[in-house]
Amino acid sequence: MSARSSALPARSRPGLSPARRARNLLMGALIGLSTVIVVAPLILIFGYLLREGLGAMNLDFFTRTPAPEGETGGGLLNAIVGSLQMLAMASVLGVGVGVAGGIFLAEYPRHPLMPTVRMLSDVLAGIPAIVMGLVAYGLIVLQFGFSGLAGAVALGFLMIPIVVRTTEEVLKLVPLTVREAGLSLGLPQWLVILRIVLPAAAGGIVTGVMLALARVAGEAAPLLFTAFGNPLVSLDPTKPMSALPLEIFRGATSAYDENQRLAKAGALLLILIIFATSLLARWASRRR
Amino acid sequence: MKKTLLLGLALVTTATASQAAAQTITGAGASFPYPLYSKMFAEYRKSTGVSVNYQSVGSGAGQKQITERTVDFAGSDNPMTDEAMRAAPGRLLHVPTAIGAVVPAYNVPGVTQPLKFTGRVLADIYLGKIRTWNDRAITALNPGVTLPGLPITAVRRSDGSGTTYVFADYLSKVSNEWKTRVGVGNSLQWPTGTGAKGNDGVAGVVKSTPGAIGYVELVYAKQNKLPYGSVRNRAGKDVLADNGPASAAAQGVVIPADTRVSLTNSANRDAYPITSFTYVIFYREQRYGGRTQAQARALKNLLGWMVTSGQAYNEALDYAKLPSAVASKARNLIGSMTYGGGKL
Amino acid sequence: MSEPLRPRPAPRAALSGRSDRTFQLLILALASVIVGVFVLSVYQLGRESWPALREFGLGFYTERTWNPVTGQFGAAQMVIGTLVTSLAALVLSVPLAVASALFVAEYAPKWLANPVGYLIELLAAVPSVVYGLWALFVVAPILGRWQQGFFADPANLQVYTRCQDLWNSGQTTLQCFFVPSAFDGRGLALAILILTVMILPYTASVARDVIRLVPQDQREAMYALGATKWEVISRAILPYARAGILGGVILALGRALGETLAVAMVIGDSQDIIKSLWGGASTMASVIANQFGDAQETLHRSSVVALGLGLFFLSVLVNFLARVVIARLTPRGIQ
Repeated sequence: MSARSSALPARSRPGLSPARRARNLLMGALIGLSTVIVVAPLILIFGYLLREGLGAMNLDFFTRTPAPEGETGGGLLNAIVGSLQMLAMASVLGVGVGVAGGIFLAEYPRHPLMPTVRMLSDVLAGIPAIVMGLVAYGLIVLQFGFSGLAGAVALGFLMIPIVVRTTEEVLKLVPLTVREAGLSLGLPQWLVILRIVLPAAAGGIVTGVMLALARVAGEAAPLLFTAFGNPLVSLDPTKPMSALPLEIFRGATSAYDENQRLAKAGALLLILIIFATSLLARWASRRR
Repeated sequence: MKKTLLLGLALVTTATASQAAAQTITGAGASFPYPLYSKMFAEYRKSTGVSVNYQSVGSGAGQKQITERTVDFAGSDNPMTDEAMRAAPGRLLHVPTAIGAVVPAYNVPGVTQPLKFTGRVLADIYLGKIRTWNDRAITALNPGVTLPGLPITAVRRSDGSGTTYVFADYLSKVSNEWKTRVGVGNSLQWPTGTGAKGNDGVAGVVKSTPGAIGYVELVYAKQNKLPYGSVRNRAGKDVLADNGPASAAAQGVVIPADTRVSLTNSANRDAYPITSFTYVIFYREQRYGGRTQAQARALKNLLGWMVTSGQAYNEALDYAKLPSAVASKARNLIGSMTYGGGKL
Repeated sequence: MSEPLRPRPAPRAALSGRSDRTFQLLILALASVIVGVFVLSVYQLGRESWPALREFGLGFYTERTWNPVTGQFGAAQMVIGTLVTSLAALVLSVPLAVASALFVAEYAPKWLANPVGYLIELLAAVPSVVYGLWALFVVAPILGRWQQGFFADPANLQVYTRCQDLWNSGQTTLQCFFVPSAFDGRGLALAILILTVMILPYTASVARDVIRLVPQDQREAMYALGATKWEVISRAILPYARAGILGGVILALGRALGETLAVAMVIGDSQDIIKSLWGGASTMASVIANQFGDAQETLHRSSVVALGLGLFFLSVLVNFLARVVIARLTPRGIQ
């Protein structure tokens, strides 16, 4: 950060050859231009969705389910409700295992299993989401049929490594002196962890969970063979369920204007939720 | 705190869910009849309160999912082969619900009247042998039409599809080269073209691509306002797909007791040549995998409705109704469903 | 970590020992779910891909034919498609990503650097399907119009017809490789383009963090010698940050390899040999998305899962590579 405030600006020096000065300016311009190119897609995508999707985001969009193919006037209530349910269920798995994994890595660094858990957690972070969908299909769908629960398990698997990573990092930021103070009061280690260390790190962990949620909320690939989709609102986790990313996928590849309209509005809703979550998480972590 | 909240939410959803469970039927498969089924099931829900979730994932997926018993019924435009049926853990029944036509839909700027095709020409387009719209083979069939020198983008399915099967089945009957080089199946090794998912996806690509041609069920062309061409039938007549010519394809065809039959390239002189039944596939013995009798009965009622009162929706969506002889065979098949060996 | 400072449940262990052990067991049990997920994944993928691997052996990954009608399955085209799209996207994105990182870390004033940094992070948060939707609705028609414009010239049409003959016989030339083969805008080129955009933020944010960690004296020393800003960047900052940036690049590669829906939506799905930059292709992930749902025959389905297994090991390998690179090449000051 301090780089910018530093050093004498070279171009004000006398005796700089024109070639060096030109190259310096050229590279600066290229770097600025590249940055514009990098940021442009985000602005273009967001602008496009605002223009095309906002109009479709009416009351029906939030209160109705898709109309039969070829008819108009439906909404994506089924997908909104499905996404919320699956994310809630996925969080139980992702947060439960993820936070425990983070505690294990940060607080029991000398446990013989520690390196294995750390390595596998990193490996899981890199596994493509669609592969997790295949795994959940084999583990759950083949036995119990398509279900929201199967989708939630696939999403939960994807959340685990993200939550592990952030939990471990924030736990390590809690000063050792805090732990020592607790131990010297005669508290057992588990109480020190639960009552002192975890509360001190709670903000960071919540940030991590929110980032993990933002990441999996947009996943459609692992849901294709698990949650499967449903044109109706389903509150039964053992039955197929819809999700926003699934409906976006369906609508974006459809010929029907109505499906495309819903997909655009759904995409706008989804990125608004994801952006809000990410920004909130950033803001929370900055404040500390 | 957040966790307990979420846990609570999960519990509440589980609780409310158990009441609704028996009222839901899950089906998956063919996209060919999806516009019809989504209409039928919306009406069925209005009149009976039973929810039917039908996912239009392609016939191949439907056949796979019913074999793996992850759905209550499958939709498919091509009947399962004997070999595929042997792989299933129980005896499968096929019941036709409608007759549909596969049409060559296209996007050729400047062409206003329906183009004429033959099976041979369609085969050559999908073999990559006819490459531009002003190819001699197409202009010869369409005298008086000015066709542009635009390259042809052949759009085909990327998923396992009954529509593909019906189309390839027809092409194999009229083109030897197709039969030997490509063959018939739900998924093919295509010599050319660009893939899209579902009838809907193919229609979407055709709609947005000047120069494209795609094979879709008639209703997808009509509802999306895509022009589609006529196809010359076995009797040498150029027929534009519609309900009449589609149902003519079934006339004179001997329908076996299990209704598994191909309707393509019909000998009937008024028939549209790329025509097919679309089927629902389910297990005859409904007691498996923890299914209750109530669930089995709900499925039976739904299927019975589809081949009787439900037929009222066929023609408005450009599918032909089941001929009465076929409908009675369908009712018999549904009547033979059992639960635990006893009549359902 | 400085060992002696670690808390130890020393003298009071006898009192709290049991509850500590219970807690540790609980934590261990939950943490071992992570191990369980890994083991189950390998087991599940391995078991399901076994029929295909037994039938075709490891040649599965190098054999070219993918024909569901005859039951011949070889994944070479998907492996190639995956590598081509990912590496091309990497080549296109790395310079842009590093440049934007330099902008945020070295050039921009704070009031600009923070928002730009946020925007780049949001770019990483946009879901794959939304990129796919945008690519299909906005970018594909633009490319498609250009492709059709190309054929307004009859000479180009002739070239195209010649190339079609070559393509039909399974060949291509350099010229034909750049001649459009489909006119809907979808295809290999669009897939590469959209992947480039998708992986940009991964490299960019890692590069930015690494560049910010370059010690201040590095810069000062160069400036003191009279260097221009660009000379400082190219001779002091980039060499120092090289390893970290490379780590970010490899992470981005991992994402590109497994990216599914956006690619599946735009790549045109052809399991044939790649003959044109504008034509259809397929990646391992896109074929899983398109075919797993309906692969009925044991061998077909097993082959699709074998693609997943290949992808699984590929991502493990990439992850491992990233760690080695970062560990080996990072100057000690940054570690």
